[in-house]
Amino acid sequence: MSIFVDIEKRLGSFHLRVKLEAKNEVLALLGASGCGKSMTLKCIAGIEKPDRGKIIVDGVTLFDSEKKINLTPQKRRVGLLFQNYALFPNMTVRQNILAGANREKDSARRNARASEIMNAFGLMELADHYPSQLSGGQQQRTALARILVSDPDILLLDEPFSALDSHLRFRLEQEVREVIRKFGKTVILVSHDRDEVFRLSDSIAIINKGTIDAFGSKETIFANPQTRMAATLTGCKNISPVKVLDPSHVRALDWGIDLKVQGDFTDISYVGIRMHDICAGPGENAFVCNVIEEIENPFSYTIMLRADGFENASLIGWEMDKSDWRRLHASQVTLHLPPQKIILLKGDIHG
Amino acid sequence: MDLFPLWNSLRIAGISTVVIFFVGIFAAYYIAKAPSTVKGVLDVILTLPLVLPPTVVGYLLLRILGPKRIIGSWFLEVFDLRLTMTWWSAIFATTVVIFPLMYRTARGAFESFDETLAYSAQSLGLSNTYIFWRIRMPYCRQGILAGTVLAFARALGEYGATSMIAGYTPGRTATISTTVYQLWRTNDDGLAFKWVMINIAISFVVLLVINLLEKKNVRKGGH
Repeated sequence: MSIFVDIEKRLGSFHLRVKLEAKNEVLALLGASGCGKSMTLKCIAGIEKPDRGKIIVDGVTLFDSEKKINLTPQKRRVGLLFQNYALFPNMTVRQNILAGANREKDSARRNARASEIMNAFGLMELADHYPSQLSGGQQQRTALARILVSDPDILLLDEPFSALDSHLRFRLEQEVREVIRKFGKTVILVSHDRDEVFRLSDSIAIINKGTIDAFGSKETIFANPQTRMAATLTGCKNISPVKVLDPSHVRALDWGIDLKVQGDFTDISYVGIRMHDICAGPGENAFVCNVIEEIENPFSYTIMLRADGFENASLIGWEMDKSDWRRLHASQVTLHLPPQKIILLKGDIHG
Repeated sequence: MDLFPLWNSLRIAGISTVVIFFVGIFAAYYIAKAPSTVKGVLDVILTLPLVLPPTVVGYLLLRILGPKRIIGSWFLEVFDLRLTMTWWSAIFATTVVIFPLMYRTARGAFESFDETLAYSAQSLGLSNTYIFWRIRMPYCRQGILAGTVLAFARALGEYGATSMIAGYTPGRTATISTTVYQLWRTNDDGLAFKWVMINIAISFVVLLVINLLEKKNVRKGGH
């Protein structure tokens, strides 16, 4: 099981250029809204037609602009889960699932398949309910059951949790994880939530303004995001443009400090450091900061700081345990940014 | 009391409503998907009969369907068929007049349709015909039903264009509305009043049906 996508599509001033590959794994497309994530899924499903390129799933060409192949969505066997689940409002849970099983032409076998999947998803008791009578979680379960009963070769999940209240999300994420595990084929997950992506996926493609900005295993992308957009989307809050001073030092222009860094310097235009990677006390890259603001989170503090003597410098966020901050509490602290924790970043591909 | 006008009105309204149901939905479906410039132009043209006086519609119809006019003379020559002054001539008039009602309500309903339903249905392998009749139409049911009932009611009451193209021949082309006018003109006040009451009763039922449909819509929360 695999997917290969290499497509281009222009929509007004927006230009989608996406090249992806995935095996039997969960590939996450992580990006801000309007970056082209959903459009990519629609192209794979055959709802939108790319201007140029190729889409191949398990060796079957779904789309090839050169060979003039463009299978209808009906022939593609792509399971597409929409944000709003798109359950047919005029049909009960059972009817929705039977509609999903329509490729099975024998009605006895179709009914058997529907019953089997409804049992597996705990939907038997809800069989005669209409979608408007279901909770968000039940709707999602029905939608997943309806897709799986259609026996797709690949599963596309478009922001599957965004329509849910936050307290439901975590539980439903477990359900989806279970579905993905049993499905065992390629899954593409579209999301803008880095935690969700980290928990569910194996590899990550960062999409920025229609282009793949960074692509790799989730460990690589989180440890070494490579681009400013990838760093932002994986949750790095402290990012500053830099000027390279010498082979091991840069000047962080927004923060007003010089830093010793490690690693490859070619095309570096930004550095970043995650809020919890900052340390207190002397060491390499140590400097004195004034505390500008204390923000209390449920289980931690975020301290906003500015390098002493640079009134126009941007704030640096520092996250630490509540007990640590209570012990340290001061209006001026010495921080150090460990060189191995400093992330070296390229600018956006689009500049 | 000769009930021919009631029967004639009902069959004219019935047939033109069936025709306009399909034509109106077809036009609404494709125009709802059209690019906005095309949509704007077509919308004006297709809505025109709604605001034109029925006599203008009748005049224009006579200009093309009349026995000496382009289509009318062709039918007369080839099929030996007169398109005017028969009971079914009135169908031409009513269809043109009620088309905008059906088209506009159906288009409004189609535009409120959630396209992700169609997309996911396609991905599940459901045919486009199935999607149209089993998903899109039920979703838009209220709007389309309301449009149909409204079109039927308007067809029943059509007077101006009908009287021009079908005239008034008792027992042949007379409809309720042309009969009321004729009876009033000939001072048969008692019979005119009866037909007026029949007309009011029918309109009352029709409006009641529309209201019930709208109430049902509110209770089910949109669809």
